[in-house]
Amino acid sequence: MADVTQGNAETEPSWWDGLMDTLRERLGLAPRERKPQYIFYRHPVPVRLLHWLNAIIMLVMLMSGLQIFNAHPMLYWGNAADFDHPFISLTAEGTQEHFWGVTKIGPWTFNTDGWLGASGTNGVQTVRGFPEWATLPPESPNLALGRLWHFAFAWLLVTNALAYFGYILFARRYKELVPTGDDIRHLPHEIVTHAKLQFPKGEAARHYNGLQRLTYFVVLFVLGPLIVLTGLTMSPTIDSVFPFLVWVFGGRQSARTIHFLVAFSFVGFFIVHMLALFLSAPINGLRSMITGWFAIEKDAP
Amino acid sequence: MSDTRRNVLVRGSTLLGSLALAGCTDLSNKPWVQNALGEVENLTRVAQRLFAGGHSLAPEYSKADVARMFRANGTLNPGTNDYAMHLANDFKDWVIPVGGLVEKPLKLSLVDLRRMPPRTQITRHDCVEGWSCIGEWTGAPLAPILAMARPKPEARYVMFYCADPMGNGALDAGGHIIPPPYYYESLDLLEATHPQTILAYDLNGKPLPVENGAPIRVRAERQLGYKMPKYVQKIDLVDSFTRIGGGKGGYWEDQGYQWYGGI
Repeated sequence: MADVTQGNAETEPSWWDGLMDTLRERLGLAPRERKPQYIFYRHPVPVRLLHWLNAIIMLVMLMSGLQIFNAHPMLYWGNAADFDHPFISLTAEGTQEHFWGVTKIGPWTFNTDGWLGASGTNGVQTVRGFPEWATLPPESPNLALGRLWHFAFAWLLVTNALAYFGYILFARRYKELVPTGDDIRHLPHEIVTHAKLQFPKGEAARHYNGLQRLTYFVVLFVLGPLIVLTGLTMSPTIDSVFPFLVWVFGGRQSARTIHFLVAFSFVGFFIVHMLALFLSAPINGLRSMITGWFAIEKDAP
Repeated sequence: MSDTRRNVLVRGSTLLGSLALAGCTDLSNKPWVQNALGEVENLTRVAQRLFAGGHSLAPEYSKADVARMFRANGTLNPGTNDYAMHLANDFKDWVIPVGGLVEKPLKLSLVDLRRMPPRTQITRHDCVEGWSCIGEWTGAPLAPILAMARPKPEARYVMFYCADPMGNGALDAGGHIIPPPYYYESLDLLEATHPQTILAYDLNGKPLPVENGAPIRVRAERQLGYKMPKYVQKIDLVDSFTRIGGGKGGYWEDQGYQWYGGI
């Protein structure tokens, strides 16, 4: 493979494509039509390593965060909790013997039994905000252990994020992530084509498209700092040193609510991230984040 | 997809799911995992002390922010005969000894405490569970009290022993009653001498209600609620808390909560 990083080298079908072709043949499926393609080195080692570390860290942060949330599964706005009027609450209704989980958002109440408010712990119906498969540790309440996991991995999260930011700054890769004026202007068009599941092909797929740049920018440079800062704002000691944090977020309970909403924005991002992967080119995309190599179909001459 | 293949997939994913779940439980229960995670508490404490090593003040609020009902949590009434007697007597005989590693042990009655220059602060109480509540606290700052008692050089922590038993106790294998532990807590000298650390006797301008820790509770405004014990009965200065209670420095610490309650 000569100078593939320049992206000009033609490639034979990769070992993976060969394997897939063989599989299709064995399964009696029609052979896949393949345009000539070349592969280029999309994701260098630090990006891939930090990406997968981040995936594990975020999962632990989310699950231990839900365990912590279960200690008081209600959200408020402002500095103090208005216990009678939470903005969101996951609670149980019924009697001591027979109860079911309900979720309240503003004036609306939903029956979310088995999922939110009340669900099984080791097979026994329990009052708990999030269910056992979603929390770390699974049993609830275990606020003490949830906090240990959360704060330990918070250090890893921040270290990992700083390493990543340092790398993209050093390697000047941030240019791929900062949206341009054109990106913003073309946003409606991009949203429509993405909604129709028409993903960029050929040379256009070599670079992130506008919607990708905007998404990654918001996730990395808005949601990322936001979740760290709102997390820190919940600490009374931090508040004594940086009281403006409390002010910026509109109070400690607001910071907690924003922390929660941002966490679920990350969940939303993850779902879209997975949909985009599986609906566009799952093998190619996944491979590029594991081996670094991304295949580009050559545009018709 | 054929039915059997779907069954295999469903069963497989259920199995994988339960394995993952079991893995998390097992991992969480391993002592070395808990120890490793616990080490991070030190990192957090050192890092926060790097910023808040001095006496940075917790935000204070205005009268308009004060909650109509201050949320009471944990013990709502110690429920012992001894406490009931003190309550009936308006806590006139409630005396808090300040002892341990001090040059000059003290005995402080409520009258003594109320005679000291008071401090009133409207602060936000942050519970480890996640909620916050704002109240106006008045009390005697702890720093001058400690200065009067003159801690010995080896004193590192201030222990607070409380009047509320936690639970009903238990029976051991031989049928003997194991008495329940009483609530206790500890602060290091930096936090104990912080200007907003007070022995509070008033909440919102009135003597502390029973559910909020009458007659005396600690306020340490840069810490979480469990670091501010209620029903304070005795204060001791020590060089280490490893031989006190469960050895972790407080009732909730002995149940696995972090000793450092700044986050």
